[in-house]
Amino acid sequence: MGQSITVTVNGEKKTAEVEPRLLLVHFLREKLRLTGTHIGCDTTHCGACTVLVDGTPVKSCTMLAVQADGQQVTTVEALAASGTLHPIQAAFKQEHGLQCGFCTPGMMLTSVALLQEKPDPTDDEIRWALSGNICRCTGYMNIVKAVKSAAAQMKASAAVPEAATASARS
Amino acid sequence: MLPAPFEYHAPHTTEETLELLDQLGDEGKVLAGGQSLIPLLKLRFASPAHLVDINKITDLDFLEERDGTLRIGPLFRHKSAERSSLLASRYHVMADAAPQIADPIIRNRGTIAGSVVHADPSGDWGTVLLALDADLVLRSKSGSRTVKARDFFSGPFSTTIEPTEILSEIRIPAAKPQSGGAYLKLERKVGDFATVAVAVHLQMDDGKVRSAGIGLTAVGPQNLKAERAEAALKGARLDDATIKEAAALAAEAAEPKEDHRGSVEYKRNVVRVFTERGLKRAYERARGGG
Repeated sequence: MGQSITVTVNGEKKTAEVEPRLLLVHFLREKLRLTGTHIGCDTTHCGACTVLVDGTPVKSCTMLAVQADGQQVTTVEALAASGTLHPIQAAFKQEHGLQCGFCTPGMMLTSVALLQEKPDPTDDEIRWALSGNICRCTGYMNIVKAVKSAAAQMKASAAVPEAATASARS
Repeated sequence: MLPAPFEYHAPHTTEETLELLDQLGDEGKVLAGGQSLIPLLKLRFASPAHLVDINKITDLDFLEERDGTLRIGPLFRHKSAERSSLLASRYHVMADAAPQIADPIIRNRGTIAGSVVHADPSGDWGTVLLALDADLVLRSKSGSRTVKARDFFSGPFSTTIEPTEILSEIRIPAAKPQSGGAYLKLERKVGDFATVAVAVHLQMDDGKVRSAGIGLTAVGPQNLKAERAEAALKGARLDDATIKEAAALAAEAAEPKEDHRGSVEYKRNVVRVFTERGLKRAYERARGGG
């Protein structure tokens, strides 16, 4: 039996008729064809399917699509929506924060949420925040480096307007 | 993996929820954080005909101290416990446990009450509530009743809650001066269930133990309360001999099973060591330290 839901996915309102048992990850991948969200373990362990629901990282294999009704979902596809890489993507590329790339969308979304909350995280805070995302290639060193580098990058670009104002004043 | 088909309900009020549960009886199941229930549905260990999702009832997400009681609502999530300054300053055993639940992403959604009702013998919150001597308020359409945490668990994944009831509030006696607690958990990796964990709560009174609560995780068919160890501490000064005796009694209370996480002997020994360390840490905190 179908149920109508409206979910704002990457800024766009999507209305669909779904079975209540449909998981959010299947809604994203199969109904909306947003296949950037990966299914890893399918048992709430690995974090590959992590998306942001109202800004908070959630394992989309462990949430029903009907539960996302009326909420905002952000997937990896939103990160470079403007056509340029998001700083987290650029940093993962630059620092080689991925090997096979399967865990990367989840890693990046969890990192984006972390940097929203803590713009200047320590290595420990990064590892702690990412401890629900498993990299089967064990590429953690570079992932941590990438998140640090993205943090520095985002801080620098956020500081630009301030610096510009300061120099205009002087 | 897809769950078996079910009908989905998302009521906006508690009254509506209780009305629904009353109508559905055995066929209905409450969905809170879903971090245990949804995996169970996917593995088809559970296939209720109706799911009643309480996530839209936002006023169920609360933690407050009122009238000498700490009250926790059904939607209060692990991450909120992890970030609570109230818990960090005065409810040490809870503050210790919160960041050790599953992993950070699961903590964003999972709830304390959901975990307690799920009653996994390897779950952490039940043990914490046993140590704190919590009361559980179970509410149905026809009224509410209060059950002690120690009378709530009845076996693996089994409790005395009725299908028509929700755990509407967890009540913990408000922390008094000279109280301290600790939660020690051995896990193989982040997100794993405990190999063994021990919860300790102490209420001191001028150098003597007024009351002690000790809970044990993953070493029995349900979360256990080490009552003989608690009794041995009551009225005693916390010297090394007393701590050793209580730890030995807690180890005796454990009923571990051998599995891939360790042998019976090993787990029992971890209970002993963690009880010792937990008592020392709790005592330190009760005296205003660490």
